[in-house]
Amino acid sequence: MDKILEVSGLSQIYGPGCDQCFTCTGPEFETNICKHCSSIVALHDLTFDLYKGEILGIMGESGSGKSTAVKCLYFDQMPFGGSAIFFNNKEQKHLFTLNPAQRRSLRNQHFGMVYQNPNLGLNFDISAGGNIAERLLMNRVLNYSEIRSRAHELLTRTEVLTERMDELPKNFSGGMQQRVQIAKALSTRPSLLFLDEVTTGLDLSVQAKILDLILEIQAELDTAMIVVTHDLGVTRLLAGRTLVMKYGRVVESGLTDQILEDPQHAYTQQLVASAL
Amino acid sequence: MSSAINFAFLDEYAKREIRRSVLKAICIPGYQVPYSSREMPMGRGFGTGGLQLTLALIGEDDCLKVIDQGSDDSVNAVNLRKFVEMTCPGINTTTRLQEATLIQSRHRIPERPLLAHQILVLQVPYPDALVIVEPSEEKRKTMHGEADYSRLLVKLYEDIVKFKEITISHRYPTRINGHYIIDPSPIPRYDVPKLNQSESLTLLGAGREKKIYAVPPYCSAEPLAFNDVPFRIEDFTGANGERRTCMICSTSNSFLDEFIDEQGSRVYQCSDSDYCAQQQECVHG
Repeated sequence: MDKILEVSGLSQIYGPGCDQCFTCTGPEFETNICKHCSSIVALHDLTFDLYKGEILGIMGESGSGKSTAVKCLYFDQMPFGGSAIFFNNKEQKHLFTLNPAQRRSLRNQHFGMVYQNPNLGLNFDISAGGNIAERLLMNRVLNYSEIRSRAHELLTRTEVLTERMDELPKNFSGGMQQRVQIAKALSTRPSLLFLDEVTTGLDLSVQAKILDLILEIQAELDTAMIVVTHDLGVTRLLAGRTLVMKYGRVVESGLTDQILEDPQHAYTQQLVASAL
Repeated sequence: MSSAINFAFLDEYAKREIRRSVLKAICIPGYQVPYSSREMPMGRGFGTGGLQLTLALIGEDDCLKVIDQGSDDSVNAVNLRKFVEMTCPGINTTTRLQEATLIQSRHRIPERPLLAHQILVLQVPYPDALVIVEPSEEKRKTMHGEADYSRLLVKLYEDIVKFKEITISHRYPTRINGHYIIDPSPIPRYDVPKLNQSESLTLLGAGREKKIYAVPPYCSAEPLAFNDVPFRIEDFTGANGERRTCMICSTSNSFLDEFIDEQGSRVYQCSDSDYCAQQQECVHG
């Protein structure tokens, strides 16, 4: 299998940070707030590899650092430390050494992101089709009719009513906004897709539809995905491998079935037990 | 009064700074060069950017023409011309395009093509075409630097979706020399192609926004459009399918202003008053 992403030692601190930040925080201390400088250690020493077409789940409670990891990799914020290499065919890109223009180019062409809050991923002042057009135009698709047909195709694929393609997404239901976001993220056929709590806040039937859609897309486009969730059901359904995080650290990692059937770490055991 | 103020009103340091900015603007076609726009004895928005350019460039051998919406006689043009006549003793002014070496204009490019020895100065209210899609100037600078104009194109996309055509009538975003997109001041779409490969230098000055930019001679100026929905200019076609003509000079190849006459019907007249007058001279010998 071709490796698409190699992350090692990824760390993030919110606050001034000090020498003791990493040694006095973590699951064993039951906190991620440094007692010396009051900084929040959101992420420490996150290391994993991701392969083409693979879905990696990142699971954990609120504040465990799972969204921070994805935000760092999608350049929404710069990490405190660590490295990440993106493999694009035979080319290697060290994500955190790229200049802002290179980062934006990579984000627009090769990455896709679906946020928990559609406000972050969609522009509510332009139509659903316009949102998809924006991403296509960033990638130099300059034919109006081609943009229309691709937007139509993507919205059909994501089960958004195409008659509503020219309406503003703010008039859509939460589930439909999420599907427009997915269509937008997929418009450039990204090789890496980040999904940050995509089903949180949606009702069960809409959740199921969106999860089915993600699986279909993954099978069809062979897109590698990182799925952040606190929902064990979502992890079980989507992810082949899973990282379990607590207080900014990975406490357990492995095959999803193995983790859910036979959790080793006390926190994971507690998580699985409480879900069941 | 002439002895109490500098020639061309501005002090020499101010003129020198503007000239330096002009040189930079010519070197980087379409790039908005910031400059310290001076207070002028008239309100911002009355063409102080264009006027400062004119005053910094005008010399003893120059002949100045000032037009406003194509007319030599409108309030803005008359007052700016008077100001230059008052502060630049010995300078000739004209209403005839062929005689002018420096043309300051608001909202129009003259009908006849300008020549290499002429400089067109356009007064600009809003210099940045991206301002309609991005309020932050810092982000706009990055977008210009990376030639990221996708959000402007989305604006055109939304226009076509809603109205089946691009409805921007003036300030049409135009790409200069294959990179920077400028707001070519509120000239109508009809005038935008005149910027492309023009023999003359075009300078654009925004006094309130403190920016100068340029379209150098023989430089490409492409209006922003989709490959399959090309840019088009106003065609002035009437209900009968024929091109409307000027009611004064009967020409059918100029930009027309629409009026309502005393009978309440629509009539059309050349926007460029000098062009219209010269057309009449041709007809009447």
